[in-house]
Amino acid sequence: MEHYISIFLTAVFIENLALAFFLGMCTFLAISKNVKTALGLGVAVIVIEGITIPANQVIYSLLLKKGALSWINSIGIIPTGTLDFSTVDISFLSIIIYIGLRSGLYQILEMFLDKYVPVLYNALGIFLPLITVNCAILGGSLFMSERSYNFTESVVYGLGCGIGWALALAALAGIREKLKYSDVPPPLRGLGITFITVGLMALAFMSFGGIQL
Amino acid sequence: MSRKASDVLVDPLVNNNPIALQILGICSALAVTSKMETSLVMSLAVIAVTACSNLAVSAIRNFIPSSIRIIVQMVVIASLVIVVDQILKAYLFDISKQLSVFVGLIITNCIVMGRAEGFAMKNGAGLSFFDGIGNGLGYGLVLMFVAFFRELFGNGTLFGIEIFQLDRNGGWYNPNNLMLLPPSAFFLIGLMIWLIRVWKPEQIEEA
Repeated sequence: MEHYISIFLTAVFIENLALAFFLGMCTFLAISKNVKTALGLGVAVIVIEGITIPANQVIYSLLLKKGALSWINSIGIIPTGTLDFSTVDISFLSIIIYIGLRSGLYQILEMFLDKYVPVLYNALGIFLPLITVNCAILGGSLFMSERSYNFTESVVYGLGCGIGWALALAALAGIREKLKYSDVPPPLRGLGITFITVGLMALAFMSFGGIQL
Repeated sequence: MSRKASDVLVDPLVNNNPIALQILGICSALAVTSKMETSLVMSLAVIAVTACSNLAVSAIRNFIPSSIRIIVQMVVIASLVIVVDQILKAYLFDISKQLSVFVGLIITNCIVMGRAEGFAMKNGAGLSFFDGIGNGLGYGLVLMFVAFFRELFGNGTLFGIEIFQLDRNGGWYNPNNLMLLPPSAFFLIGLMIWLIRVWKPEQIEEA
């Protein structure tokens, strides 16, 4: 149990995808204008990370990893001795397969939101297709296969990544809402000051770096 | 086809810069900009991928059913990125090693995807090709700007050639280590946006 808590806390704070690895920055900066939309997008990302990372884990361990295809040997379709599947390693295909799976999931999510939650669908606008290229999720999947998590660990890790990213997004949105009342020089308003704010937040998050769990 | 090719090419440089105004493609801008050399190669790779993917997506745009357009675009982009990755490995092996995963992450660079979705799906092939080059150049411009300051003040060098002699080599310049950390790219891009908007006040956002 402690092992899972440690994976979760590491993913949320120490290795926060947004502020320690700078993944998913485009959506992070574009959708953080107010807390309400930020929370909507945050929930979407938590759901997506929670589904995609375990799904990728299953595909990785059953199809892509070296030796993962050895179950084909035991079915007996291919005559024994001609081709030994336990030596096949197709993990170089992992990026394109992860991307394909993710694009499919988004297309489903897009249709679902369009039909059942049109308010959120309109608020996210062009950024819904852009979550497809949100590197936070691809990054999460690649870290998952790099660390060879098993299925339960990947569920915990996926949720942790999503929550950490959503937390950083909500924090930035909160800061930006307060910034409306401050006297920023006009050319720096909006995107400029946001970049500098995120820089400071990232410096603050670097202080989690030394913590050992 | 109301707009001319030259407008489409020049517009993204300053007037509609992908990083400074459209907020696209920021992740790699932070990671590869600690050196001029890697940023130059990265910019060229992004220009090539954006231009070719815009061309390809625009050429087949009338055959893509809108419900599966994202998957189709991703397949086009991913194939192009794999080609670029292989070319870099064959001819520029050292730099491709330094760029490592970030060439792969061009797939998830939202400039490529954003232009394919936002421009190439609605415009002709030739115009989309120039739009791709223009946006790639706009991205490269920001990357080179950030890399110039990060390499000069963080390491005292430009393209690996010594400009300021470092104090640990007997010179006078004490390098600013903050410039080598990723957050410094945020500050530099923020300052660059400030400069662009002083120059082009029409880009100022309503607070």
